[in-house]
Amino acid sequence: MESKNYLEDLNEIKTMMTKSSRFISLSGLSGILAGIYALIGAAVAFYLVSNSTRGYLILDGDIFRICFAILLGVAFLSAITGIYLTTKKAKKNNEKIWDNSSKRLLFNFLIPLVAGGIYILIILNQERYGHTAALMLIFYGLALINASKYSLGDIRYLGITEIILGLICAIMPSFGFWFWVFGFGIMHIIYGAWMHYKYDLK
Amino acid sequence: MSIINNINKVFDHRIRLGIMSVLMVNEYADFNTLKELLGATDGNLASHTKALEKAEYIAVEKQFIGRKPNTRYSTTKLGKAEFKKHIEALEKLINKQ
Repeated sequence: MESKNYLEDLNEIKTMMTKSSRFISLSGLSGILAGIYALIGAAVAFYLVSNSTRGYLILDGDIFRICFAILLGVAFLSAITGIYLTTKKAKKNNEKIWDNSSKRLLFNFLIPLVAGGIYILIILNQERYGHTAALMLIFYGLALINASKYSLGDIRYLGITEIILGLICAIMPSFGFWFWVFGFGIMHIIYGAWMHYKYDLK
Repeated sequence: MSIINNINKVFDHRIRLGIMSVLMVNEYADFNTLKELLGATDGNLASHTKALEKAEYIAVEKQFIGRKPNTRYSTTKLGKAEFKKHIEALEKLINKQ
């Protein structure tokens, strides 16, 4: 028998399997920043609503429109930050930002997210807005779980956490705002920090 | 001796191991993707894919994307089974040491 390093062979197999099927350059830091944006956005919305004449949110009105714009702004900023930091990390890892693995990741992440987004818009249009926060959390969680097969496995746990929060939120829809703050703000910061320390600082 | 028998000579090369690993977790991969992932030259990769094709461990599909010829590879059932055996044999050997 030749003296061959079989352990090296196994490592090579593992590396190739991961490298070819998963996009692993997602930035943890962008998760932390997305959480911070969500918290800031929520604080501004909370301030606006509690200082309005009504003290609560109705669907048509300037404050609703401003809140909706804040929501879009938070999503947009988070996406931009994510793309920027992930590109930077991919460059450092010598990984391509737009290859089969990242395309597959994005595509599979967007399927549940877009379906959920459209569904939420439909029920908002029917003026059934009590469960918006719960649905956002649940569909976002499903999107993360679907994406986790093509990226860092830990994202799966964030997805499960968001779904659980969403389901509890569905039981008590009047606390929707706080569940949203917890799920999109605090959870992002916790998981982002975890992944930053686990993968980025190496 | 049965453990060592399962070590498959056809897989006994870094590039071939790489090709099989990539194809085990992906439905298919084209020539350029494999080349980039494995850091192999054209000729090198071609000869190794040829060997795996000869053993009927991988299937080759030639097609055109627009006007460019594109060759993509996938594992055969036999290839998957043999590769699994090979990995198991490697693991057993390591655990014995």
